[in-house]
Amino acid sequence: MNTTQWTPDQPIVSMRDVHKSFGNLEVLKGISLDVRKGEVICIIGPSGSGKSTLIRCINALNDIQGGSIKVEGQEVHDKNLDKLELRQKVGMVFQQYNLFPHKTALENVMMAPVKVLKEPKDEVQERALKLLKKVRLDGKEHSYPGELSGGQQQRVAIARSLAMRPDIMLFDEVTAALDPETVKEVLITIKELAQEGMTCILVTHEMGFAREIADHIYFTDRGVIVEHGPPSTFFKNATDPRTQEFLSQIL
Amino acid sequence: MAGRRIPGVTASSATDLPVLLAVDSRRLAGNDPVGFCRWLAALPVWFWPLAAALCVLWPALAQAQSGYTYTEATRALFKWLPFLVTSGFLFNVVISVMTMLIGTLAGVLLGLAQISVHTPVRIVAKSLTQAFRNSPWLVLLFIVLLAFPFEVEIGAIRIVIPDWMKAVFGLALPIMANISEVVRGAVQSVPSGQWEAAESLAYTRTQTLWQIILPQCFKRMIPPWMNWYAILTMATPLCSLLGVEELITLSRQAIEAEDNHPELLVPFYTFALLIFFAYCYPIARLTIALERRFTVKL
Repeated sequence: MNTTQWTPDQPIVSMRDVHKSFGNLEVLKGISLDVRKGEVICIIGPSGSGKSTLIRCINALNDIQGGSIKVEGQEVHDKNLDKLELRQKVGMVFQQYNLFPHKTALENVMMAPVKVLKEPKDEVQERALKLLKKVRLDGKEHSYPGELSGGQQQRVAIARSLAMRPDIMLFDEVTAALDPETVKEVLITIKELAQEGMTCILVTHEMGFAREIADHIYFTDRGVIVEHGPPSTFFKNATDPRTQEFLSQIL
Repeated sequence: MAGRRIPGVTASSATDLPVLLAVDSRRLAGNDPVGFCRWLAALPVWFWPLAAALCVLWPALAQAQSGYTYTEATRALFKWLPFLVTSGFLFNVVISVMTMLIGTLAGVLLGLAQISVHTPVRIVAKSLTQAFRNSPWLVLLFIVLLAFPFEVEIGAIRIVIPDWMKAVFGLALPIMANISEVVRGAVQSVPSGQWEAAESLAYTRTQTLWQIILPQCFKRMIPPWMNWYAILTMATPLCSLLGVEELITLSRQAIEAEDNHPELLVPFYTFALLIFFAYCYPIARLTIALERRFTVKL
């Protein structure tokens, strides 16, 4: 594998002309974007515009029919790809949390490093406890997901992803299923993560948050990137009528 | 409102406004995974004394024309009763337990094969499951009885396969197929988000299945599994057709030993019926209780 060719000054994620179809339905019609190390990218757009599909292609949860996606210089949709290596590098948090309901919060965080990466248990436990503290869930280590609120579950899910020590985090509409009062606690966690220099790619409907946190905003509609730019110019000087219409509806 | 019953609609005593309950489509489609136990467990407790009373009274009403009386027939039953239970019914229980063991082991393997990523494996497992699930049990029993040798030679050792062992294999086939469906259904009832979360944490498919998915399914599989055990126990008298010396075979022999009086039929076979029901009734009650508990927790 040619991962050695990648250096941190090159884009950490690089998509070129990515096409993705579900049967006859073409969801992504040639997406290209670059993400640099430490950058925070927000992808916004109307529902059904392919936002979630787009980030799910980055960690190979969805396959693609054309184009190329490189993570740290390594082609994701290569048949010989070491998926374990890719998925250790790319963490993902879902809208529906998807915590393992039969395991406690601590076990949820510890499971993958112990079972998949075969790291020593006490080392992982120490790290897991720190992570849970970081997402402000100390005291909830031994609660089951069913006993936690949506916001708490989502923060466990973030800690679970971080336990794999990823280089990139994908957030797929992580606050969309939450009660309004718990949205904030999750957003604070993500913000702290971004400030620590984690590369984050978010699909979100929280425009205020996107404006505050993002280095770059991409607007997608019907499978293409219509417009993109840093938040300062994007929200003020959107030129495309589709972007303008979307922003006028949402802001 | 009173007296008018619409399926899925009930009116409580506090209001006469009809309330539309959530419809369990599986139950409507006649595909209830614990259907048998639901029916059996729904029998009220007073069913048992009533059945016992009927059992005693009916032969009295249909009193013999011959000299042989109902009292004598009942006395014959009580004479044979310890033998029928210890040699007969207990053997039915042994057969059902062994069949369930073999059927469950094979069924779990077949069920996992049904969700294999390899298409040929999946197709074979699906066909086997459907074939054995939809065949008459008696036909399967006869096929196994006639197709299996009565003894096998491994090197110099000769192992005789008794008829009851063949019966166990024969009954294990439909149980295997039905457990296979239970496993497949339970695995597929786990939300796909669980697979995705595990996948994005670098779990392989096998790891996901064994560490994430199956532990969650385990509870959901218990009630349908117990349902199949109850059905199987009720089906063990089929073995009497193969000459296995279980309860029904022994009852027939006992009746013959008592000179074949027709008055013996009702007490003996009603006793057989009752003992099967009495054995399965607690199982059914437990199944429904567990099903209720697991459903609420979900």
